[in-house]
Amino acid sequence: MPDSADLEPRVREILDAHSGVEGALLPILHAVQDAFGYVPEEALPLIAADQTLSKAEAYGVLTFYHDFRTRPAGRHVLKLCRAEACKAMGADRLHTQIRTKLGIDWHGTTADGRITLEPVFCLGLCANGPSAMIDGRVVGRLDTAKFDAIVGGLE
Amino acid sequence: MMKVWIPRDAAARALGAEEVVAALRAEARRRGADLTLVRNGSRGMLWLEPLAEVEIDGIRHAFGPMTPETVGQLFDGGALALGPTEDLPWMKAQTRLTFARVGVIDPLSFAEFRSHGGLAGLTRALAMDGAAVVAEVTASGLRGRGGAGFPTGIKWKTVHDAAGARKYIVCNADEGDSATFADRMIMEGDPFTLIEGMVIAGLAVGATTGFIYSRSEYPDANAAMAEALQIARDEGLIGPSVLGSGRAFDLDLRIGAGAYVCGEETALLNSLEGKRGVVRAKPPLPALQGFMGRPTVVNNVISLASVPAILAQGAAAYAALGIGRSKGTIPLQIAGNVRRGGLFEAAFGLSLGQIVNEIGGGTASGRPVKAVQVGGPLGAYLTPGQFDLPFGYEEYAGQDALIGHAGLTVFDDSTDMLEMARFAMEFCAIESCGKCTPCRIGAVRGVETLDRIARGDADAISLLTDLCATMKAGSLCALGGFTPYPVLSALTHFPGDFLRAREAAE
Repeated sequence: MPDSADLEPRVREILDAHSGVEGALLPILHAVQDAFGYVPEEALPLIAADQTLSKAEAYGVLTFYHDFRTRPAGRHVLKLCRAEACKAMGADRLHTQIRTKLGIDWHGTTADGRITLEPVFCLGLCANGPSAMIDGRVVGRLDTAKFDAIVGGLE
Repeated sequence: MMKVWIPRDAAARALGAEEVVAALRAEARRRGADLTLVRNGSRGMLWLEPLAEVEIDGIRHAFGPMTPETVGQLFDGGALALGPTEDLPWMKAQTRLTFARVGVIDPLSFAEFRSHGGLAGLTRALAMDGAAVVAEVTASGLRGRGGAGFPTGIKWKTVHDAAGARKYIVCNADEGDSATFADRMIMEGDPFTLIEGMVIAGLAVGATTGFIYSRSEYPDANAAMAEALQIARDEGLIGPSVLGSGRAFDLDLRIGAGAYVCGEETALLNSLEGKRGVVRAKPPLPALQGFMGRPTVVNNVISLASVPAILAQGAAAYAALGIGRSKGTIPLQIAGNVRRGGLFEAAFGLSLGQIVNEIGGGTASGRPVKAVQVGGPLGAYLTPGQFDLPFGYEEYAGQDALIGHAGLTVFDDSTDMLEMARFAMEFCAIESCGKCTPCRIGAVRGVETLDRIARGDADAISLLTDLCATMKAGSLCALGGFTPYPVLSALTHFPGDFLRAREAAE
């Protein structure tokens, strides 16, 4: 949890940077999540007031989008593509193996806080599936050997 | 000096392009070679990525797929040498208009963009009045490449004729359909073309502000696009005076947050305004009341990126390509279980069989093709029995199918079509914006009904077709309205996959 004394100035800084931007709420939420790793509950009233929204409205937007989290993720975020082109290349079987290896289901985080597993619907790597993204880095033709090599090297 | 190109495209990176680059630099140092490395876009031959090119006697030769261990072949030749890139069958068979520069130039070199024909379309447009530009785009026959196929020129004319001091150009780069990556490849491989197309659109309809709404799943494309926008601003392509014309157009990049439905234009506009990405009822049309209630052109990346070539070469040249009411070229994206997957730009009219078997080379697994889903997750499954079908908007509509954003996913005979139908409903349930009942509730009921069928309850099949009819007729947008396409086509073409469970139960 960020110290609430640190939180407000940082959020205000982000809000100031977006003043005058048309439709600024998504860019603001992205920036807050980039800064803290998630959107802290304490940030929401500040954002809502800045955007002349009720807290409920801001919360409604926050929770509509899959990307935004209201709690911190693990140290690494692994996204596996579940969409059709990856399914055609055996993604379902691979995902079952990976979930077993990690001992978590979709949206879960390993007990050591190392990895959060998330589904994603298409990374645009559809001729090179099954595809994945680890901490923003794209991976094509994923198999268990590649998974072991990538995940084995993570702290 | 040795000149080498290795793509910065995400597909190349996902297959180890950065590791190949590091190995190449090390090898060049070891050999004392003077290496000039260009990070280009992808040529679209994605089964060969990372594809390196080496200039030999002024001609680019292709090598691939590269690995860090094989970079020596770029110096000495070897089994990965494929010959001159432009002579490869995949390249020779294409008509590259929208993708003419992708893979050829350094995507962030404004000088290369210009020397390869960039700005020719905009230069012509600057000498015309807005109505004439709109007329040119209308005459080209260009239709919305995002999937709906609405004539681009008509949309532009509506915005051009609309009253309003502030109008907007919104580029829909929320390319969420599985099997599609053409938008990504333009943004990573030739971003200035998209910017040029948007500037032309702005001048044509009288808009001075534009947005590119991209997706968070595309970090590489977004980085390239952001950098290109900065360069475009520095070069005067966008800003208060476009190419010194005194006419303003500026452009901002916005990133979505993982909601598939935001690829629907009205949900996208809500998202862009900072709201929940729920669909709006139409009318009012976005052309009249779009972003912030003002007249707005919402076009797909490929529609906008095709405009510069249309203006540069003339509407007639573009309209001469294609079949029926499907004019010009379409960037086919061949994906899934396919031997040669990638991006192939051709005039409309190729048969599905040509695309899958001749261009794609059949399945990657070597097993027979069972089905091809055309048009993304909301597109129908087609069978090898339909391989004569020519690629065009009306031709596919006539088969209860759609071309969508022209992505094709190939499946082999190990695929369970009941599971694919279930997935279509599950995806709709996850991604539904919740605004309309047929989609929000229907998709959940669809999953339950398919589970009943999977347990051997054949009576549930009529319930499923009934539910699909309701979703098709009653949904506000294509998410709920088109999810029945994959479901019903799977049921129609592969009834055995839906009855197998019943036989097992009996």
